[in-house]
Amino acid sequence: MGMTSIEKILASHSGQASVQPGDVVVVDVDTAVYFDFMRADVQRIADPDKLVLLHDHMVPAPTVQSANMAKQMREFVEKFGVKNYFPVGAHGISHVLVAQEGLALPGTILTNADSHTCSSGALNCLARGMGGSEMTYILCKGQTWFMVGPTTRVNLEGTLPERVYPRDIIHYIPGQYGDFAGRNLEWHGGGLAGISMDGRLTMATVSAELSAEFSLFPYDSVLEEYLAGRAKRPFEPVHPDPDAEYDQVIDIDLSALEPQVVRPGKVAWNSVGVGEVVGQRVDQAFIGSCANGRLSDFAIAAEIVQGRKVAYGTRFIVTPGSQTILKEAVRAGYVETLMEAGAVVTSSTCGACFGGHMGLLGDGEVCITASTRNFQGRMGSPTADVFMASPATVAASAVTGVITDPREL
Amino acid sequence: MSALTGRVWKFGHDINTDLIIPGFAILLPADEQPRHCFSANRPGWVDEVGAGDVLLAGRNFGVGSGRAIGDVFVALGISCVVAESFNGLGLRNCINAGLPSLPCAGVLESFDEGDVATVDWLSGQIRNDTQSRIVQGQPLPRALQEIVSAGGVEAALRAEGYLATP
Repeated sequence: MGMTSIEKILASHSGQASVQPGDVVVVDVDTAVYFDFMRADVQRIADPDKLVLLHDHMVPAPTVQSANMAKQMREFVEKFGVKNYFPVGAHGISHVLVAQEGLALPGTILTNADSHTCSSGALNCLARGMGGSEMTYILCKGQTWFMVGPTTRVNLEGTLPERVYPRDIIHYIPGQYGDFAGRNLEWHGGGLAGISMDGRLTMATVSAELSAEFSLFPYDSVLEEYLAGRAKRPFEPVHPDPDAEYDQVIDIDLSALEPQVVRPGKVAWNSVGVGEVVGQRVDQAFIGSCANGRLSDFAIAAEIVQGRKVAYGTRFIVTPGSQTILKEAVRAGYVETLMEAGAVVTSSTCGACFGGHMGLLGDGEVCITASTRNFQGRMGSPTADVFMASPATVAASAVTGVITDPREL
Repeated sequence: MSALTGRVWKFGHDINTDLIIPGFAILLPADEQPRHCFSANRPGWVDEVGAGDVLLAGRNFGVGSGRAIGDVFVALGISCVVAESFNGLGLRNCINAGLPSLPCAGVLESFDEGDVATVDWLSGQIRNDTQSRIVQGQPLPRALQEIVSAGGVEAALRAEGYLATP
């Protein structure tokens, strides 16, 4: 029986000829990413060269406690001789950084204690978020376990209409098909050729909200071009066998999609076309996070607010995914355009997305966001409501003060 | 002992990690986090839940972030989590904490809140002692049961000398 790409990576990393759904495998981890905190009680580690250490949730440190944690991480870097370390100034959100720096590579396994680690699936890299204690296990032993789940094949065909984006695709799917708990997603189809790496990274990131175990994109010319001159190590991409078995095949005609909004509270079975929620007042509009803090998101937001002003009574916050992206956005003039319109552009951090700092919501407030989650209390007050949409829909809503169809601005 | 008996608390579908450990609570010391569990959706629950209680939930339990949800449930005295289905990361974090966890389709309709359940988490058999009904869950693979039996991941690392003794 043939294997999917995901099954092939799990087999090669567990020393087996093949694996199938239902198996539990113990695998060697190629890259382990740690953010903000390192334990001080670790006595010995498996391999410092497989580690990537950085600061993202609590950067620059908003509290004394987080400043002390950052200090402890720097001590860890010194003690164990970690080479891949990104201090404040070279910082960025972990999933954005590992792609940008060529550290998440095709055919490899990458883990991280953040749930949006599946982001690196855009790079044909088998990546998954873990608990903190298993990241400690990987630090010490270099291995972890996975349950092999069934894989759903998603075929994308056609081209997205004007002002409809990859973010809308990844909102449409859970609206139609619910969650994928215990299952994997593999992306296929001719429509992929028209989806940039930024768009694929958005889709792979938001796959966490679909509860997918893994979300894997193929190695094609778009990815090959992205990795040229960027990949830090040699790699071997994987492709599925022609007779690989999928539990379900989902065909999507991209040309038929419209902008999607996920209503507050949960993601599965909760998306609607933007038309159903237009006119909803918003107190805050946010673009940022590992889902949509990339240069193309800045470009879209700048294009929409160009010559317009953020509505009175609404605040518009834009947070880049990395210091490098911020530099590029400054150079391209996007930051100036956003600031002229009245937006706040912050330093790179997970900040507002997890309700940590730099843009929390007050009681009863409403936010429209191109970040990762709409759960109750996620971005601040438990009585605030969070709608999720593409950066274009968010920017359009920022200038009108109500949820707005970006095609009609 | 693989059979755990306790009072049942019922929760719905898509119970997420922000409800279990709110964002502000992750900045607090670990021993202060449990008292904020479900404060948004079920205020006061942490004062009612007791040692040995069983948590029952719907589909997609534990969807969300990598927060150590298992540690919080263990600290609150929960002996076992049974859900119609688990988010993969949510399940991992229960296993990591040494918390017996069991997927079981149809479990929600087999219990009313406050019923007494006896859960044999190794075999997967779940009995409603109050209503005298039995449902069959899907036991974890043996390798994962062993992590739970060992008391979780950190206990195993400590036993092998990877972590300093506190």
